[in-house]
Amino acid sequence: MAPVSMAQAINAALADALADDDRVVVFGEDVGALGGVFRVTDGLTAKFGEDRCFDTPLAESGIVGMAVGMAMNGMRPVVEMQFDAFAYPAFEQIASHVAKMRNRTRGALPLPMVIRVPYAGGIGGVEHHCDSSEGYYAHTPGLTVVTPATVADAYGLLREAIASPDPVVFMEPKKLYWAKEEVTLPARTAPFGRAEVRRTGTDATLVAYGPAVPVAMEAAAEAVAEGWDLEVVDLRTIVPFDDDTVMASVARTGRAVVVAEAQGFAGVASEIAARISERCFHVLEAPVRRVTGFDVPYPPPKLEHHHLPGVERVLDTVATLQWEDR
Amino acid sequence: MTTRSGIDLLPTSRPLQLLDKRGRRAPKTRGGGLAMPDDETLLAAYRALVVGRRFDRQATNLVKQGRLAVYPSSHGQEASEVGAVLALRPTDWLFPTYRDSVALVTRGIDPVEVLTLLRGDWHSGYDPVAHRTAPQCTPLATQAPHAVGFAHAARLKGEDTVALAFLGDGATSEGDFHEALNFAAVFRAPVVFFVQNNQYAISVPLARQTAAPSLAHKAVGYGMPGVGVDGNDVAAVIAAVAQAADRARSGGGPTLIEAHTYRMDAHTNADDATRYRTDEEVAAWRDRDPVDRITAHLRGAGLLDDARVGAVAAEAERVAADLRERLPEQTPPDPAELFAHVYSSPTPQLREQADLLRAELAEEV
Ligand SMILES: Cc1ncc(C[n+]2csc(CCOP(=O)(O)OP(=O)(O)O)c2C)c(N)n1
Ligand SMILES: [Mg+2]
Repeated sequence: MAPVSMAQAINAALADALADDDRVVVFGEDVGALGGVFRVTDGLTAKFGEDRCFDTPLAESGIVGMAVGMAMNGMRPVVEMQFDAFAYPAFEQIASHVAKMRNRTRGALPLPMVIRVPYAGGIGGVEHHCDSSEGYYAHTPGLTVVTPATVADAYGLLREAIASPDPVVFMEPKKLYWAKEEVTLPARTAPFGRAEVRRTGTDATLVAYGPAVPVAMEAAAEAVAEGWDLEVVDLRTIVPFDDDTVMASVARTGRAVVVAEAQGFAGVASEIAARISERCFHVLEAPVRRVTGFDVPYPPPKLEHHHLPGVERVLDTVATLQWEDR
Repeated sequence: MTTRSGIDLLPTSRPLQLLDKRGRRAPKTRGGGLAMPDDETLLAAYRALVVGRRFDRQATNLVKQGRLAVYPSSHGQEASEVGAVLALRPTDWLFPTYRDSVALVTRGIDPVEVLTLLRGDWHSGYDPVAHRTAPQCTPLATQAPHAVGFAHAARLKGEDTVALAFLGDGATSEGDFHEALNFAAVFRAPVVFFVQNNQYAISVPLARQTAAPSLAHKAVGYGMPGVGVDGNDVAAVIAAVAQAADRARSGGGPTLIEAHTYRMDAHTNADDATRYRTDEEVAAWRDRDPVDRITAHLRGAGLLDDARVGAVAAEAERVAADLRERLPEQTPPDPAELFAHVYSSPTPQLREQADLLRAELAEEV
């Protein structure tokens, strides 16, 4: 086993999918000769040729719209949005067509396609480069919304996304691109719709996804010193949502904190908190809490550390879970 | 550094025409080298125009009777609707809008299935793959990039399929129109962008959409040919679309066609066209009626007699009667279908919601 970064794992998943399936094509802005601004598509054009991995004009709606047409004609396009906030011009295509084509045509025109979105902050990016936009997609029926937190999952989930008969928005936590793990590729991981318990614990459950998972893991490690044994659940796929694993964990621990980097209001974390409250009310020892970003536009680099939910804020919140009743 | 002048890409100063408004052969110079379709094609076009117009009138009446929720008529635009479809091969793909029901009927799609969307039974009623026709698109211009992607995929697969995107004049102001034309030109995708300039986008006249000399002129900015054609001259529409499709098929890339025509009815039944246009303007366009024009031409050429006119009219009546009869009246769509096609298999949450609705419905009876 060798240390592999998340960016390398995604690159390997793309290369393996291109090699295994002629219908797969990769395109977007700067994904060709440059290999993408994060080098995630490095070497793909050289290896597979211009027809399989190519640059497009600068137009996100055009990129996604073109992918829709290609998927209608039997291909499996994988497109890259350069940054989270630059996917917004494509939102009409995503919400009105990508998400709805199968339903509109009663299954006659499925759209097997993947929209890769580098997202979220923590990298000192300037405005428009750090949005947590997963809520927009998760709120749109018809989309599968996936976000890996580990290197192995980045590979395994992307391969499943490309093989999926449904369109997938694949959200890649930018700050984890360079995180390395010892893994052997190709890695196979649990299928869509299955959350993973990354750390078992008995006192409270931290539910997290994407960039918040390492934060939750660190918080759990530090919580030991406070006498709390925390369980960490990594959602992996926001849609489909794994109620079973989350609820089973909270049923065991009786306490839950949802950790997400996105602004909290009307977001994915709120949905998770509501689901836990509805389903686990009778076993809860304390109200379900959320630790999220503030409800502000993503801050400038010098202020982002105030905004991002960090270990301390997670532990402060865990401290409010009515331990006196224990 | 030199730049191309682009003069070769510009449309002619007047829309191309093969038949004048009385159905006579237009002067050669008006045809811009377009080839007159053969007699058989023109007779097929005549038939499709008459049937299409009757279908359109029937659909409008069905709205008045409350049997359709809404219908955007293409009365007046039939030559464009029919000509664009007849110029293509059955294997070519159409990317139509809500306005293009007559084009779909011309393609051979069951009129009942064409109207599923407008009856409110489902969002689309026909099998797009079987008919090589994408579902009718409502968000303006968003189907144009689909045509580009479809065509580009065909090229990658080594197929000679052409994709034709229908668009309205108003839709040319949308961002996706620009992005689609630019992509198509850059990738030399085999696409025909077929704009029906019916002079209005609901109430807004063309002058408020663009300051360009014509919509076809926009093509030069993308590096593709722009063609203006008389959209009420079915012969010219067929010839212009066929020429563009041939070019696309042989690797010559996309073409932008602007068909100059007019929407004789209001935008939909819910619209009041008298608020934004004059009777005189409408009358002037009535004088350029596409059905009268091809009829006059075929009669003058001795290709059409009273017997044939009668037979086609009778066929059109049969299509209308059949539509009236078969348009489902009392068969509400199955509510369970709400959950069936959102994903290839429903998520656990959708299954829960389907169960909830089923239980509610069971309680009602
Ligand atoms: C993106 C979008 N904006 C607004 C509308 C509402 N709308 C429906 S039809 C229409 C006018 C379109 O005019 P045009 O493109 O000329 O086509 P026509 O209806 O004349 O065939 C408008 C504004 C829409 N369908 N999609
Ligand atoms: Mg119009």
